[in-house]
Amino acid sequence: MISLPFRLLIYLIAGPVVGGLLAGWDRRISARMQSRRGPPIFQPFYDVRKLWQKQSIVVRRSQNFYILFFLLLVIFTGALFFAGSDLLLVIFALTLAAIFFVLGAYKASSPYSFIGAERELIQMMAYEPMILLTAIGMYMVTKSFYVHDIASHATLLVLALPGVFLGFLYTLEIKFRKSPFDLSSSHHAHQELVRGITTEFSGRALALVEIAHWYENVFLLGWVYLFFASSPLLGVAVSLLVFVLVILTDNVFARLKWQTALRSAWVVAAVLGFGNILVLSLLR
Amino acid sequence: MHVVMTLVLALILVPIAAGLVLGVIRLDALRKVVVGVVTLAVFCGTLALAAWPAPVDSGVVPFNHYWLNLGMLLVEIGMGLYVIVVGVRSRRPLIVALMLAQGGLMLWFELTQGPRLEAAHDLFVDNFSLIMALINGVVGGGICLYALGYMREYHEVAHRDVPDRRPFFFALLFVFMGAMFGLVFANNLMWLFLFWEITTLCSFLLIGYTQTPEARRNALRALVMNLAGGLAFALAIVWFHEKADSIELQTLIASKQSLALVPAALLCFAGITKSAQLPFSSWLLGAMVAPTPVSALLHSSTMVKAGVYLVLRMAPAVTGTTVGLMVALVGGVTFVIGSMAAITTSEAKRVLAWSTVANLGLIVLCGGIGTGEAVWAGMLLIVFHAVAKCLLFLCVGVVEHKLHSRDIEAMSGLVVNLPRVAVMMLVGMAGMFLAPFGMLISKWAVLKAVVDASPLLSVFIVFGSSATLFFWVKWMGKLLEVVEPQRRVKGDLALGESIALYGLSAATFLACLFFPLISSRFIEPYVLSVYGQTASLGQGNLLIMTIMMIFVLLFPLSFVWYGRGVKVVDAYLGGANVRSGVGFTGSASQVQEVNLHNYYFRGLLDEAGLSRCGIIGCSIVLAVMAAAAFV
Repeated sequence: MISLPFRLLIYLIAGPVVGGLLAGWDRRISARMQSRRGPPIFQPFYDVRKLWQKQSIVVRRSQNFYILFFLLLVIFTGALFFAGSDLLLVIFALTLAAIFFVLGAYKASSPYSFIGAERELIQMMAYEPMILLTAIGMYMVTKSFYVHDIASHATLLVLALPGVFLGFLYTLEIKFRKSPFDLSSSHHAHQELVRGITTEFSGRALALVEIAHWYENVFLLGWVYLFFASSPLLGVAVSLLVFVLVILTDNVFARLKWQTALRSAWVVAAVLGFGNILVLSLLR
Repeated sequence: MHVVMTLVLALILVPIAAGLVLGVIRLDALRKVVVGVVTLAVFCGTLALAAWPAPVDSGVVPFNHYWLNLGMLLVEIGMGLYVIVVGVRSRRPLIVALMLAQGGLMLWFELTQGPRLEAAHDLFVDNFSLIMALINGVVGGGICLYALGYMREYHEVAHRDVPDRRPFFFALLFVFMGAMFGLVFANNLMWLFLFWEITTLCSFLLIGYTQTPEARRNALRALVMNLAGGLAFALAIVWFHEKADSIELQTLIASKQSLALVPAALLCFAGITKSAQLPFSSWLLGAMVAPTPVSALLHSSTMVKAGVYLVLRMAPAVTGTTVGLMVALVGGVTFVIGSMAAITTSEAKRVLAWSTVANLGLIVLCGGIGTGEAVWAGMLLIVFHAVAKCLLFLCVGVVEHKLHSRDIEAMSGLVVNLPRVAVMMLVGMAGMFLAPFGMLISKWAVLKAVVDASPLLSVFIVFGSSATLFFWVKWMGKLLEVVEPQRRVKGDLALGESIALYGLSAATFLACLFFPLISSRFIEPYVLSVYGQTASLGQGNLLIMTIMMIFVLLFPLSFVWYGRGVKVVDAYLGGANVRSGVGFTGSASQVQEVNLHNYYFRGLLDEAGLSRCGIIGCSIVLAVMAAAAFV
């Protein structure tokens, strides 16, 4: 077992590297699916470097501070997770981070960032029940909310939590902000949303948002891994597979209406998530 | 007589006496002095009581019981007659019937059992009642100070049409405060009941303060529902006395479950009506017609807390039973419905009212589960909700007077218009749902307690809390967002208002900082004494929460760099901007105004439909509860 500070150090450095590479692969795989060549794998890093050199343009003078705290809290969330602490607190830290992101977009006071903020909130509302139910499901199997206990559990969690796993995959689609759930920020700024929540962020602030997303994605895939933690190789393989699956759905589906997104996410949480927990508590 | 008991009696009697005096003072300056002095005295009194080395005590009151009981009986009869007159005059047979049933029952009970109705200890002080007293003294005192300035502006500027009955208003406020102290310190159930009924009556009179048809109607509704709770309370006393030959709260709590279950169920029902749980929530929503200090004092921080206080007291008696499960279900359903309903409305006080209903639901849920862990979480919720929600109410009151609107949409750009009040509001909201305590208490602790006791109930928290998130953040966003270069509103506060607002902001902050201390000093000892074991926060989790709190606190510091190194431009509007981003030239050269409006899910959720579902659902649950208790 690697010592805690060392593990955190690895996370802090490797997190964005892995996240950035994943983003690069994402663009590459998406391009291939659309019969394009796609950019180099390192393109996301080049993009961030370029953004970093741009002038900072804002609508409201304080709007970028929110983004800075968004990034710090996302990093903190991942650090908590990889340090093995309480899964519920990890979720709350993630929520707090997302709230800063949303408030930043509100602060920017443009109609497009405003609607993006509002929709990001709807997305949070959509995914939160399922994410909490996932933590509760894991607690019911392992008797602990601590990530290090869950990770060292002897059996494959997914066997006891198939419904929760599927529900979690559904919410991952929302969390990755990809089609059919790219409600809050479109990846292609020529649509009616413009760029949604990040419309008014540019230069370094936008670079910070990108880096935050890298950290976030690594953390989310880490959570997928937890379902298979007793068999590490399988865990890594499934996590990568899930990532490919997310890219595939992104390319296959059109955007949903926010009403449908919210309703379907809650139905999934209630049926798959809660159903699974119901079965577990009946079997106990 | 023991010092502690003297202090307790003083806390009950001084505000009541002050209330009677204030009822005849018409001079504003004199009223200010009296209110200030009494509030200060009560404030010091509660702090002294809380700081006393060993305040946990049951005391004998050195009065002649015969005369005391007779006096109380007369007060009860007087109140009963008044309610009957109100019922007859407003042609509400239900009020008359409920009052006659309740009054007749108590009268028969006292006349036949009179001499035997002795409690060894009429009053008692333990850590739970101390917590409640602190809320009542500190938060309640703050509200009374606030009310001075607020009511003057209310009558002289904002509502000139409303008849000025300020002496009456302040009299009720202080009588209520005294009754509330009595309620939390009473051990004799007869006393508890009397104080309970006094708070009901004060609430009725204060809701109807403006005497508009709407206010009258809502006041009567509140009265009916609380009288139903009062009837259940009276039944509980009689039942318990029949079975156990005692009228003491402490005996009831310590009794075997088989003996205590029926009265506990009845008292839980009383608590549910008082705390405006579904199906009775409509009275609290209607109570928002009252002036803001009333909403803050009675309908968010103290009186409605009396209901959950009783439910949490009964927790050991109902834990693990069907009755307990049903109480928990009422709380859970109320939490979800209340949180969702809060999304659908843009009226600030209504949002606060729904969120109060929802939070009380969470506490009732804890009480119904009734394990030590759950009660611990519920008590923490009481403390934080009282402070933060009261702050929010008072801020909304100020904003209403300055902007002449209590619509959240009108609060756009408040952070520029009324910066101080806006920041206080943000503090209050952060207190309600952000790290550390809003999150830690209302989600983490409750979720842990629920998952350990019965994981299926967690579904209510999971869905309800995500709805909570939505309506708070969109409100925060509305305060922060600034579309047009705004005019600054004159935001001068009266002295009392400033004291209350700054004081409560500081209290929110301090409670946040020192809540492990509150937990270990008051709440854990209480849970330990009742359950023999206690819950607490792990060291590691405390550290994590502290770090998260530091993040939130550091955020304002980042404003040191405010506007440095950035180029300010207009927002992108998809057309040619006019007048620096307030409008843009759209198609056909039409100038379009920019208008930002929050989502209220009007097509998806509907407030009336939601409450109808809740009323039906919770009525069924209550019927099952009654069946489980009596059959």
